[in-house]
Amino acid sequence: MTTASASAGAVVERSGTATAYPRYLAGKLGGAAVSLFAVLVTSFFLFRIIPGDPVKAMTQGVPTSAEQLATLRRQFGLDLPLWQQFTDYCAKALTGDLGMSYQFRAPVGELVAQKLPATLLLTGVAVVIYSALGLWLGTRSAWRHGGLGDRLNTGIALTLWSVPSFWLGLLLIIVFSVGIGPVPGMFPTGGMESGDETGLAYVIDVAHHMVLPVLTLVAVGYAQTLLVMRASLLDEMGGDYLTTARAKGLRDDLVRRRHAVPNALLPTITMIFINLGHVAAGSILVETVFSWPGLGGLFYQALSVPDLPLVQGLFVVFAGAMILMNLLADLLYPLLDPRVGR
Amino acid sequence: MNLLDIRNLSVTYGTDTAAVRGVDLTVEAGRKLGIAGESGCGKSTLALALLRLLPASARLSGQILLDGEDVLTMKWGRLRAVRWAGASIVFQGAMHSLNAVHRIGDQIAEPLLVHRQATPPAARRRVGELLEHVGLPTARADAYPHELSGGQRQRVMIAMALACDPRLIVADEPTTALDVMIQAQILRLIEQLVSEQNIALVMISHDLAVLADTCDRLAVMYAGRIVEEGPARAVYDAAQHPYGRALSAAFPRIGDPASRRAPRGLPGDPPDPAALPSGCTFHPRCPVALEVCASEDPPLAEAAPGHRSACVLTTGSRP
Ligand SMILES: Nc1ncnc2c1ncn2[C@@H]1O[C@H](COP(=O)(O)OP(=O)(O)OP(=O)(O)O)[C@@H](O)[C@H]1O
Ligand code: SF4
Ligand SMILES: [Mg+2]
Repeated sequence: MTTASASAGAVVERSGTATAYPRYLAGKLGGAAVSLFAVLVTSFFLFRIIPGDPVKAMTQGVPTSAEQLATLRRQFGLDLPLWQQFTDYCAKALTGDLGMSYQFRAPVGELVAQKLPATLLLTGVAVVIYSALGLWLGTRSAWRHGGLGDRLNTGIALTLWSVPSFWLGLLLIIVFSVGIGPVPGMFPTGGMESGDETGLAYVIDVAHHMVLPVLTLVAVGYAQTLLVMRASLLDEMGGDYLTTARAKGLRDDLVRRRHAVPNALLPTITMIFINLGHVAAGSILVETVFSWPGLGGLFYQALSVPDLPLVQGLFVVFAGAMILMNLLADLLYPLLDPRVGR
Repeated sequence: MNLLDIRNLSVTYGTDTAAVRGVDLTVEAGRKLGIAGESGCGKSTLALALLRLLPASARLSGQILLDGEDVLTMKWGRLRAVRWAGASIVFQGAMHSLNAVHRIGDQIAEPLLVHRQATPPAARRRVGELLEHVGLPTARADAYPHELSGGQRQRVMIAMALACDPRLIVADEPTTALDVMIQAQILRLIEQLVSEQNIALVMISHDLAVLADTCDRLAVMYAGRIVEEGPARAVYDAAQHPYGRALSAAFPRIGDPASRRAPRGLPGDPPDPAALPSGCTFHPRCPVALEVCASEDPPLAEAAPGHRSACVLTTGSRP
């Protein structure tokens, strides 16, 4: 940020040129491409140095002859030199071919495509809800900082943040699915659908299945947004421009909404997009506890074999989602902050 | 009746930082009052108190009569109505006083929408007019603060202050952050606009020469008090109070930034408002202090016609 004294001498205006945004855009796209390449390199070599013969792992418990092993090796390209495996791998990955899962004998891409919607739905809804909740509570907390409401607010959020998500999930299942004392079992214990509904009834059924897992994710997740928003709004609250806004005769809530919050949002928005980047990876623990048919569960299954191409493919998908969301945040940022990229 | 009548105003931050102590000042409609003093003497505190803009930790006492109405006891709704429409402020350092994420046109229009219930097109026309008044092209309304130079931003602040035709404008060091040439331009602009529109002006600066040039009357502030007050030329050319003399000697030329913190020929630092010296708060630095000065705190009293000073040497209370 330029200080008033540093910029004071300038008489000429330093407005951005018309080419500034395209250049900014190109820079960010280039950065994303480099990151993606780094992910491919990492995933390839990381999984090559993990000890254990993948073909042996695949055929565990099944009596296999040496010829059969060699055939399998050839089939999966494991007999080629390392550099050739790598170039093949990159070329295929860029066309969306992430290899074959040993375990399911199906293309990794297909498996991901099958499970992705359930995960996007669950974690997407949860992230949107906890981001909104965190922003709202964080704003309230900061605006009346030090007060009872603030202390209560941050105290509860921090407590929930430190609760393990699987434990909270199980607790919610016991109380609201199984039922305890006067509380009847109101929600299904797991899964995404009952299986026999169509149309609107299906939508309601899925929503019904989502309540508890979403509640779990929101409860353990909103504290982070709250704390970041609170801190960044507290930073803004000493700002001279807020004194100007008050001096203009604005109501307190307008000073907050129109002036303080848009500035405080800037650091928070990056974090929200990082959380959205996590959406693809879902939450392994919560998906497992609620038997949610998503990528988190798939990842768990892949790890327990281990199903090398599937683990590797999911790693690339998860990292790719992070890169994509970061890129979106970078592209959105100039729209929120006129000082960037113009 | 005076447009602004400050009576025995005191401001204390927390429990012991007495930033403003018993200030009495008046400004007639359409006239210009300058307030000078070293850094930390309470100038900004005084300015912010005029519209009750101080942080919650500040406790205020006394009266601030704006057009006969006490700002300190106003209800919130009335206070909001008086803010900007009755009196507006040009703040120190326009970079931080403007909101970085809003276009300057929208920021200038905001008080019009709040106080005048102006329609957006009417507000936009008025913004164009105001920008022209302060010498900026109408098209700059779409610019963001960071796209303007320091001088242009200060012009925007002035346009904003004029938006609702207030009867009083308070300018708190409006040119401190600017280079000397731009400073002179901005000062001339403020002076010309308030004179044309018959707006009263309270101009705050650490620079006595600037104020003497711009204002009708001058007040010199030291450690939260007014120690000298009178016609601008008289205070600058023939200061009565030893501190006033030191200050006018320190600014032989407009806008000398070197003399900001330590006026020439005046050793020592301004006192800490949480631990003020006894008697006349100036006595540890006063070149002509007497023995009584350590125990006696002289009141502000007439030293020449229409010219007040708070010094045992000028009030005739010399023992
Ligand atoms: N919010 C605050 N809380 C506590 N003390 C404060 C606060 N604001 C100002 N002060 C103290 O009050 C005194 C007067 O400050 P003020 O900003 O009014 O001085 P000033 O004359 O405007 O100085 P400058 O020329 O540097 O702008 C200073 O000692 C300052 O440290
Ligand atoms: S009262 Fe004494 S110390 Fe104070 S200004 Fe006058 S001579 Fe100096
Ligand atoms: Mg100040």
